[in-house]
Formats: sequence, structure tokens, C-alpha cells
Amino acid sequence: MSIVVDKDKCNACETCVSSCPFDAIEMKDDKAFINEYCNECKACLEVCPEGAIKEVKIPEPRAQSTEHRQKLQDYKGVWIFAEQREKKVTAVSHELLGIGRKLADELQTGLSAVLLGADESEAKELVKWGADKVYLCEDPALEKFNDDTYTEVLSKLIKEHKPSIVLSGATPIGRSFIPRVAARLRTGLTADCTSLEIDKETKNLLQVRPAFGGNIMATILCPDHRPQMATVRPRVMKKGEYDGSRTGDIIKVAADGLTSRTKVLESVKEVSEISVNLHEADIIVAGGRGVGGEKGFKLLEELAQVLGGSVGASRAAVDEKWIPYSHQVGQTGKTVNPKLYIACGISGAVQHLVGMQSSDVIVAINKNPEAPIFSVATYGIVGDLFEIIPMLTKQIKEAKGL
Amino acid sequence: MDIIVCIKQVPDTAEIKIDPKTNTLMREGVPSIINPFDLNAVEEALQIRDSLGDGKVTVLTMGPPQAESALREAISMGADEAVLLSDRAFAGADTWATSYTLARAIKQLGADIVFCGKQAIDGDTAQVGPETAEFLNIPHVAYVKKVEEVQKDSIRVQRLMDEGYDVVESTVPVLLTVVKELNVPRMPSLKGKMAAKKTEIKKMGMAEIGADENDLGMKGSPTQVRNIFAPQFKTERRMLDGTPEEQVNFLVKELKESQCL
Repeated sequence: MSIVVDKDKCNACETCVSSCPFDAIEMKDDKAFINEYCNECKACLEVCPEGAIKEVKIPEPRAQSTEHRQKLQDYKGVWIFAEQREKKVTAVSHELLGIGRKLADELQTGLSAVLLGADESEAKELVKWGADKVYLCEDPALEKFNDDTYTEVLSKLIKEHKPSIVLSGATPIGRSFIPRVAARLRTGLTADCTSLEIDKETKNLLQVRPAFGGNIMATILCPDHRPQMATVRPRVMKKGEYDGSRTGDIIKVAADGLTSRTKVLESVKEVSEISVNLHEADIIVAGGRGVGGEKGFKLLEELAQVLGGSVGASRAAVDEKWIPYSHQVGQTGKTVNPKLYIACGISGAVQHLVGMQSSDVIVAINKNPEAPIFSVATYGIVGDLFEIIPMLTKQIKEAKGL
Repeated sequence: MDIIVCIKQVPDTAEIKIDPKTNTLMREGVPSIINPFDLNAVEEALQIRDSLGDGKVTVLTMGPPQAESALREAISMGADEAVLLSDRAFAGADTWATSYTLARAIKQLGADIVFCGKQAIDGDTAQVGPETAEFLNIPHVAYVKKVEEVQKDSIRVQRLMDEGYDVVESTVPVLLTVVKELNVPRMPSLKGKMAAKKTEIKKMGMAEIGADENDLGMKGSPTQVRNIFAPQFKTERRMLDGTPEEQVNFLVKELKESQCL
């Protein structure tokens, strides 16, 4: 494929120039010109009022030999990397098994999990959550996360068993070592995906992710290399179905002579007074610039306390240092989907909305009736949060008989 | 100790808006800046150089010719040298091809520590740092929030994790990707601004890094962008009315009924 400009139709309106996320369209001799930075994302196609930009099929420059195609066919199965902390499998692994199961069923293939540094009992749990097969390496050297050892073991397993798709959580661990695996295997990796589907025609994996600060979504393909690898944003995919009677194969893998150039000397937990485990919270009270300072956040904390919830924040509030980064919700913070999200003094930039819009009920409290946060609100209150929130706290206290 | 800092010139994504009619990005008038996390990387490199009292800090970027201004800005903060990786063959690179290109250049230049920002705010992948380390065959630590100690052949840092941090020791050479908690980047000094005007920027292309065309740019990239589209949000928008008290009363009643409380 290639994107071309029909010079006869182009009337030099320049609409396309600013539409290009890659700076790939410029004006040359009074006509639009597509330069080498074009990523063929097709954003410009619909923009042109004259219909002068078209996609043309050219003999695929990346088309590989039949021999290469054949080789790609050797890769089969869907794999997920199951993360553990203190030898316990983390929630994102269950989510990966959920989406992995769906993809595997659609491809009519198997779903396997790779578990490093945990015990067989945890491997059995992965089967109950949907895995057909678990590759388990119990080597104590893998209990703590080190990029060298994890990269070594996972790369070796992939080379040996040739899965077609490999998924991992877009967590500090996954986002750190999975890129090394992809680089070593000379294959593509898509970061922080929020949706994964199989292309009906080609059976390729369609990987959707936010880019440009969450302002746009992009669908990414890895057509000519295997495996197709992606990290998946936590709390976006539905967990697999837990079935206590499910059976599967647990394959023990030996790792001999693992060495690492990095060493974890200590793991320090840092949790503030009100639990910041936003991922797990059923109720979140979040504040933005309108909260005005640390004092304002005290009000939010009181409300969160009577609700039994956690406190979240927009990037603006974190940037002002009113509250630590671990509370940040949004594109560069955490993605959450609680039952109830109360947004206080948050205007609702896209970057924030992408992180909380799937909450079941959203309450927005803001002075500005035009604030974009109201567009996603189940209940919107235009008013002064310093008046509304104490009132709300008091009423909920009463309602709950506290 | 020689340090290379990889930086990227990015559009200030906080300023980008979506055209509601065409669902495309409106980039007009959006300023180009040094990726914010890369400023923390530059700052840390300068601090290490100054505390050790030897070695130099080189800033490296891959991009179009205009990325030179980002390099000059880093020089004005205090970096010693700057290298611009620019070649038509590099265009359209995904993280694999970008990392490969950066690694080829770093190999030529030589470094004990390589710094990168944790991610660029336009792509948000966080992949280029770790992939570059893999191509260089050196260890890396991602999400570094504090550099505790630097020695000749080892370094100790704090790595941000989901619920706290790990204290990690690594051999040197090493690549570190950094978060903004690490430090507060300094402003350019007057002396630095003078230096930025005079410093000659070293330029490297495909030939200089000795790479194969098939491993560069769009040709060398395993991933392709198939299409882009605007994010979709549900639109409920139900505004309450009445006095503040009436609104709160109604809200609490509704929340009770929907079993949120």
C-alpha cells in the first residue's frame, strides 16, 4: 500500500498538512506532498475535501518470499506471560488469560501461560483461569524480577515452541523486559494495548493502543514477523472464567546457569495512609486542579473514607505536588474501572478520560458547566466542591449509619 | 565516565486537540519540545559528571534535521557534545528499528552509562530504552527514580514498581530509563546558551553507523500502523438541578438505589 496525492484534484487547501500525526505531508510547488515520514496510517484520506488523497496498491515492498510465509505458518498458539509478585500470580495475568482465551478460540488453537519463579500450586490456578498449558520454571533465581534472567528464559521458550502471539501485562515488569525479548527475537512489539482482535481475513493480530497522549487510537499490525507481541494495559480486559474443575498440562522447565547483571537488593513497599491500590478499588474519589491544594484533598480523603474507597487524582493535581504520582489516573497514570468514580474539580482532558471512562457510575462535580468531564458523567453537579463534598460526606455518613 | 543521553523532540501532546469534525489531530501551532522525561535524563547525567569530575555528557537524537534545536537546548543545559542521527533511511522507524539505529550509533560513540527518558509523550511505548540495551548487549534498569551510588564498574539505583520500589544494583556499562521523580531539570544558563550557539553538532547517517538498509526505518520495522482513529467515549451527561442541598440529596438517593453505597 502507498498513500498518494492526486495533483490534479489537490487545491492546496492544506487541510491534510495539519491532520498528519507524523508530519509527513508538506506543501511543494503548491500541492500536497507526502514525504518519507508517512506511516500509511490513512488519517489524511477522509480529511481532504477534494478527495485528492488516495491509497493505492503497489506491489508490496515488504512482501516476503513464499518460503518466509511458510515459516510464519510454523508459529502457532497464544501465549501469555503470567506475572508473579512474592510468588503470587497478579490480577493482570487473569485478565491476559481472559483475552488470550478469546483469541485462541477464534484461531482454534491452544492457550499457554509462562510462569517464572513461582510454585506448581500457582501454575494449577492459571489452568483454572483458562490456560491449556503452563510452562513453569521454579528456579529460585526467578523469584525476584531481573530483566536478564526473565529475558533469557522467555526468549528461549519462544524460540523452542514458536507461539504465534505473546501477550504480557503493561506493568513495570512487562514493559521493562518484554522489549528485550522482542529485540532479541527480531519481532514487533506493541505497547500498552487496550483492545486486541483477530483480523478475519489474514488472521493477523490487530493491536489497538492510544498514542499522542491518548488523543488518538492506533491499530498496529505485525504482519511479517512472529511472534506478534503486545503488552496489555491492566484493568482493561475482562478476566477469564474461573473453573475449578479445569485440567491442563503443567510443563516444568529447567533453567541452568542463569546469570544476571542486575541484582535486586531490596524491595520497598510504599503505600500511603489511604490505600492507593486504585486498580482494586470499588470506589474512587478523584481530584483535579479545582481541588486547589493539599487541604482540598483532605476533604476528598474524608469522603473516600466514609465510602470505603481510594483517592485518585488527575495529572494536573499530581504535577502541582498536592498528591503523589501513585494516585494518578489517566493515560500516564493508572487505568481504573470502579463501580463508582467521583471526579471533583477535574475538567476531563482526554488523557484523564481514557483512564476512568469505563467506571460503572461517574459523578462529576465542577464549577464550569462546560467542563468535558460532564460528557461522560452519569450524574453531573455544577457547583463549588468545597460546599458540595462536605455535604455529601455528611449525608453518606448518615445513610450508612456511621 | 562517559555518558550518552538519548533524547527525542516531540510535539507538546498536552497542547494537541482533536478536530471534532474530521476526528484528526490538530497540530497547527503545537510547539516542539524536548520530551519531558528526557530532561530528567539530561539533568541526572550532568549531576553524575559534575560529582565525579571527569568524563563527558553527549546528547544523541534520531530525527529529522530540525531536531537539531533539541540538541542545542540540551547543550545549553550543560551537555558537552551532541550527535544528530538523521537519514531518509531512518524515517518511519518503529521501536525495533529506532532502537537498532540508536544502538549502532552508541556503539560507535562509546559510553559507560546510557540514559533515556522512561517513554516519549507522543508514542508512550517505553520500549526504545530496553530494546536499545538489548542491541548493545548491556543490562538496563527501567523506571529509575533515584541514582543512589555510581562506581567505576557498578551502579545502585531505585526502580519504581507498582506498589513501591526496588533497590537494584547493576554492572556498568548500563542503560537507565528515568521517571520525573528523579530530579528537577535545570534551566539553561547564559554560558550554556552561548555554548549551544557555537557547538558543532556531529551528524551521522546510515553509512556512518554501518547499518543495513533492511534493518532501518519503515523497511526494518516489524510493526505497521494500519489506521488511526479518535477515541470513543460514552456520552451520558445527566446534569442535576436545584439547590446544592437538593442535588446532594438526589445523588445520595440514586447511589443508594444503584447499590453504589
